[in-house]
Amino acid sequence: MAARKLTVAITGMNANPPNPGPGVAVARCLRQAADRVGRIIGLGYDALEPGFYLPQYTDASYLIPFPSNGEDALLKRLSDIQQTEAIDVLIPCLDAELLGVIRIANALKKIGIATLLPTEEQLKMRNKDRLSEWAKMGRLKTPETIAVTRADFFYHCHQKEWHYPMVVKGLFYEAAIAHTPDQASEIFQRISARWGLPILVQRFVVGEEINLTAIGDGKGGMLGPVMMKKRATTNEGKAWAGVTIKDDHFTRAASAIFKKLRWTGSLELEIMRDQQGTYQLIEINPRFPSWVYLASGVGRNLPLALVELAMGQKPPRFSKISPGVMFVRHVEDQIVPIKAFESMIIKGFHS
Amino acid sequence: MKVEEKKHFPPKAILSRLALNESGFVFDPVTGKSFTINETGMALLGLMRQKDNLKDILKAVVADYQVDAREAERDILEFSAHIWKIVR
Repeated sequence: MAARKLTVAITGMNANPPNPGPGVAVARCLRQAADRVGRIIGLGYDALEPGFYLPQYTDASYLIPFPSNGEDALLKRLSDIQQTEAIDVLIPCLDAELLGVIRIANALKKIGIATLLPTEEQLKMRNKDRLSEWAKMGRLKTPETIAVTRADFFYHCHQKEWHYPMVVKGLFYEAAIAHTPDQASEIFQRISARWGLPILVQRFVVGEEINLTAIGDGKGGMLGPVMMKKRATTNEGKAWAGVTIKDDHFTRAASAIFKKLRWTGSLELEIMRDQQGTYQLIEINPRFPSWVYLASGVGRNLPLALVELAMGQKPPRFSKISPGVMFVRHVEDQIVPIKAFESMIIKGFHS
Repeated sequence: MKVEEKKHFPPKAILSRLALNESGFVFDPVTGKSFTINETGMALLGLMRQKDNLKDILKAVVADYQVDAREAERDILEFSAHIWKIVR
């Protein structure tokens, strides 16, 4: 008898340029496993999130409350959706919602929704002010980073040997490259209004950016690592084209980090290989990246592996990685019946 | 390989990992960099992978292309320095 097909709910349907959420890419990976995953449910915060209107990837879509509304509101909404959809696994894809989902993970389990997430303590470890601790675990360097509480820093920073460009980051989320004091000040205001102070300022590293995504099994194992070098980026430095590579030094460093942290769930590590060949850890993301479809493209369907692990199954055997497989991102217009949009606005869902 | 040559020639391990196809497209699976070389470059890259020193590469080039040794040496060093710069 064929196994029951699973229903998987995914957040991060905001596939918007220049920084698309990873949800649509995760859904696309799961569509490759049509024999295992039946319905895919898109979850998001804005009725115009593109992933809601892509029937090739999502079968139904629901609005959920913003993380700022608290865990109880999210649990209530998911419980309501569960009555209709019988979700087996939830994959949160956005940084800002992870803490809330971790806190309700046990309650979700009771209503039949499995997750594969880090602990709250592990999640706090990935705060951007703790980057150097992560780097040490993998014997990597990190660019010098300081905490800033006033925007006037950006107009006098040259006196402290800080020169442009520099990277301006929120303590928890968001980062952007600033080339001028005005730009830095604008980013400071934007990020601090959303995520509070302090703001972190990181030295800009000139080099090649390499990213790695994998799943932590919670016992120290790093499953299915896929490494990508950016070949084209947006103005904000986000990947628009990339190619798989095999850098053993970075793989060993990433493996050491997973082992030390006993990370559970998806993770992305971003490094810069500077002009001296030094590996500098610049970012950690506790989720799949928006380029995760490339993993499926090289035979490592990481979102499917995460679903299986969340369901208590053994980790899959991953095929050998193939360097030299590229992705090129594109944008296309999706035709949407007005009734679908109307339903999202009025009822908060459409299917 | 002599010390002077090492400045110009990428290590054998790096040269041998490069994926080279018939069209002259070269891909480095470790750095993700790619570049193109012409027919002569393909032949030179092949020789750099096989031979251990400049003298042997030069000997093969002079024999195959019937060129002036001094000119050929300069071209080989220039080519290998260029490759080294890309894959470094």
